[in-house]
Amino acid sequence: MSDAVHSARYDAIIVGGGHNGLVCAAYLAKAGRKVLVLERRHVLGGAAVSEELHPGFTFSVCSYVVSLLRPWIIEDLELAKHGLDLIPLEMSFTPHVEGPGLCRWPEAARTRREIAHFSARDAEVYPRFGQQMTRMARFVKPLIDAPAPDPTSLSPPRLLELLDHGRRLRQLQPDDRMALTKLMTASAADFLDEWFESDALKAPMSCSGIIGTFLGVRSPGTAYVLLHHYMGEIDGAFRSWGFSRGGTGRVSEAIASAARAYGATIRTEAEVEQIVVKGGLATSVVLKGGEELRARAIVSGCDPHRTFLGLVGREHLPDEFAADIARFKMRGSSGKVNLAVDRLPVFRCRPEGDEHLRGDVAIAPSMGYLERAYDEAKYGDFSRRPYINMVVPSLVDPSVAPPGKHVISCFVQYAPYKIKEGPEHWPERREAFGDAVVDTLEEYAPGLRDSILYRQVLTPWDLEQQIGLTEGNIFHGELSLEQLAFQRPAPGWARYRTPIQDLWMCGSGTHPGGGIMGASGALAAKAMLAGDSV
Amino acid sequence: MPLSTPFHERTSAACTSLHWKDWAGYHAVCRYEHSHEPEYHAVRHAAGLLDVSPLFKIDVTGRDAAAFLAWVTARDPGRLKIGQVGYGCWCDEDGKVLDDGTLTRWDEQHFRITSADPSYAWLLQNASGFDVRLVDRTDEIAGLALQGPTSRAILASVVDGAASGDVGSLRFFRAMRARVAGSPVEITRTGYTGDLGYELFMPAKKALAVYDALLEAGRPHGLLPLGLDALDVLRIEAGFVLMGVDYYSARTCLIEAQKSTPTELGLGWTVDLERAPFLGQRALRREQQTGAAWALVGLALDWDEFVALHDRWGLPPQLPAGASRLPVPVFAGRRQVGYATSSTWSPILKRFIALASVRAEHAAPGSVLRMEVTVQFERRSVQAVVTPTPFFDPPRKRARAGDDA
Repeated sequence: MSDAVHSARYDAIIVGGGHNGLVCAAYLAKAGRKVLVLERRHVLGGAAVSEELHPGFTFSVCSYVVSLLRPWIIEDLELAKHGLDLIPLEMSFTPHVEGPGLCRWPEAARTRREIAHFSARDAEVYPRFGQQMTRMARFVKPLIDAPAPDPTSLSPPRLLELLDHGRRLRQLQPDDRMALTKLMTASAADFLDEWFESDALKAPMSCSGIIGTFLGVRSPGTAYVLLHHYMGEIDGAFRSWGFSRGGTGRVSEAIASAARAYGATIRTEAEVEQIVVKGGLATSVVLKGGEELRARAIVSGCDPHRTFLGLVGREHLPDEFAADIARFKMRGSSGKVNLAVDRLPVFRCRPEGDEHLRGDVAIAPSMGYLERAYDEAKYGDFSRRPYINMVVPSLVDPSVAPPGKHVISCFVQYAPYKIKEGPEHWPERREAFGDAVVDTLEEYAPGLRDSILYRQVLTPWDLEQQIGLTEGNIFHGELSLEQLAFQRPAPGWARYRTPIQDLWMCGSGTHPGGGIMGASGALAAKAMLAGDSV
Repeated sequence: MPLSTPFHERTSAACTSLHWKDWAGYHAVCRYEHSHEPEYHAVRHAAGLLDVSPLFKIDVTGRDAAAFLAWVTARDPGRLKIGQVGYGCWCDEDGKVLDDGTLTRWDEQHFRITSADPSYAWLLQNASGFDVRLVDRTDEIAGLALQGPTSRAILASVVDGAASGDVGSLRFFRAMRARVAGSPVEITRTGYTGDLGYELFMPAKKALAVYDALLEAGRPHGLLPLGLDALDVLRIEAGFVLMGVDYYSARTCLIEAQKSTPTELGLGWTVDLERAPFLGQRALRREQQTGAAWALVGLALDWDEFVALHDRWGLPPQLPAGASRLPVPVFAGRRQVGYATSSTWSPILKRFIALASVRAEHAAPGSVLRMEVTVQFERRSVQAVVTPTPFFDPPRKRARAGDDA
């Protein structure tokens, strides 16, 4: 053992108090390890954070819905006891400027009637599509609950894992297997074209394929993410997405509370400036201000770029790995506009009631609209008429806004990190971007502009500067097919280890990554504990 | 044909699902929309408004009111302060439970009994020799349960004038009087959801005005009308037993095995045994010596096993929508040691939970039992660990206004 190990005060130091870092810390602490979490900001949660930005209004500043938070993590860490409280999104609404709009409800028959406005054929096919996606989702789901299989490795345990996936693939019916192949390679548009004829239905369905990527609905590889909508368990299709009571920050707080209960120490306003590597070994971290903290293992919850090219430094990395990481596509493509409003928006196509606002509202009237939005981004500008995914959490969770008033959260795509003026010019374009979003919404819900009490606009540049997401990528690296599973974040390094001994990764930039899932953090902790590395 | 409650005009207009059931001879809404879930979540995150008019309401007044109730109920009503509410049950001579409900002490000589089953004739029968007057006011008083974290704010905003502050300071299981929309209203901080909540009683003639005022004031607070389907999930999470589901009134039982003592229902804490004689006291004392044979417990089911049972068939785990009242056997090893009477997936706890009656030797928290489940028409079982109830017990339920809920 080296001296560093002897003098280590902690078994593990987690860099970054995002939700994955906290999950990792909780698992390690639960196993009896002495754990320290270091968070740069004054609040925990990274991109899963709630902040009262306007008096009485609590915003889920970045990540705004909880998708696929693994049920076994909720159970292992007793998160319900620690205050986790999820409210399912009931439905999905696609408004139109002219036309009836489309609501997809939890009731099959009601959804069928809605779709039949556009196509009787699609209305009938829609449930069949759901069934096939559910079968395929059941095939894919074990992949996100375990470390990524590695087809390049010949070690017996790895081969057994592969065999297991192969066995399950064989259990799929032939047409499901064919569909799976298509799903893994096709564009969302092409895949949906095989099933549906109506643009009004395909457009909102295809959106889940592009969220967080710098790709269009017609780009190959975007179909796969459609599956994520069907991975909810007991919860079924419409329950795989939910609001966290009190905003997504509450999820992070619940995890932090569990971690503390297991004995982890969590420090906020403790910015790690450097991960110290000596002789190929990660030994300590240096905080802003010079404090140096040692641990047997250093675990980074930050994205791969920030971790390796920032905190560690390229000079400590094998050349090939450094190049792979540099090539790992971040390229944030989305922004966030959060609004405090004094009344609910009234949509042209559904002026009555608020039932249709209890889920998500997708501004995605047609495939052409989405592709046009991408066109502008391709050439270095934000979309003048972007895809917007809007939610009104205060409608089902009144705790986040004063009575009768509401918070509106808008996920906006496309807003490329690299605008043609250069990313550092985003601050000058910020309000124009915010205006484009409000102008777009105003077309669908006239009067919305006048109801705004407060507006927060977050560009990819802001996400990088404030939250620490390189290039503002919300998933710590694009969730495109070539960057998933055994390639995430680099070929051969998809099992949370790094080329530097005692340095581990636990963030969304590792398998399975993406969204408030917690799987990366939990699987990293399990890998460390299994190897007795901590 | 069941009767309509005083709120029928409003509830029937809102009940687009047309799902109703008969509750004690009244039409009662199961769920307003296609699914009970928005209502469930409203109660846990905002508020829900339930028509509880079918509850039986009996006023007990007179010089001997306290003494009479001390004789008929297992809980000593003499210990209730004025303006206090007590939950308890009443038993037959053999100490077997007839019904459970609440007693509200409005005055030194005025109590109100609220219960699920009619007890008027039984009370009358036991009243001879006491200077009391019993009035069944079930039909003339309409009732509403306003439940959920925003219920206090809603209620405070509708009561007239100074009473608004009283709503804020009304403690758990206390009662007050106020006026809402021009109607006198009796308010108790009670409910059947295990959450912060109130029950309101008002003259049937004024019912609609109160209902409208609450719904209007509740809109900015996320209030939804609440039906019985969501209530069933909520009350299981709260660990509340339901007569006719989790136990049967001794009055309606054909055989002894169907009857239960308060202790067997987990209601032993409501029995004040050491006091002047009351109905069932002797039998309950005997039981205290020998120990109860049965216990009503909470069960937490093993989700992984449940998933694995479905996996064998290539099925995703499937639960009935909402709570199940299908009684199923509970085993210790291969031997049946009890039966689960209510079960549900708890959305807020992310757990599959049940209420069960088991033989007393298997009732200790942590006891590992198995509960029958049917998967793809096959009878199987999953591990079920005895868990203390309430399963869900937020601090806001008892907290004073201003405390963090």
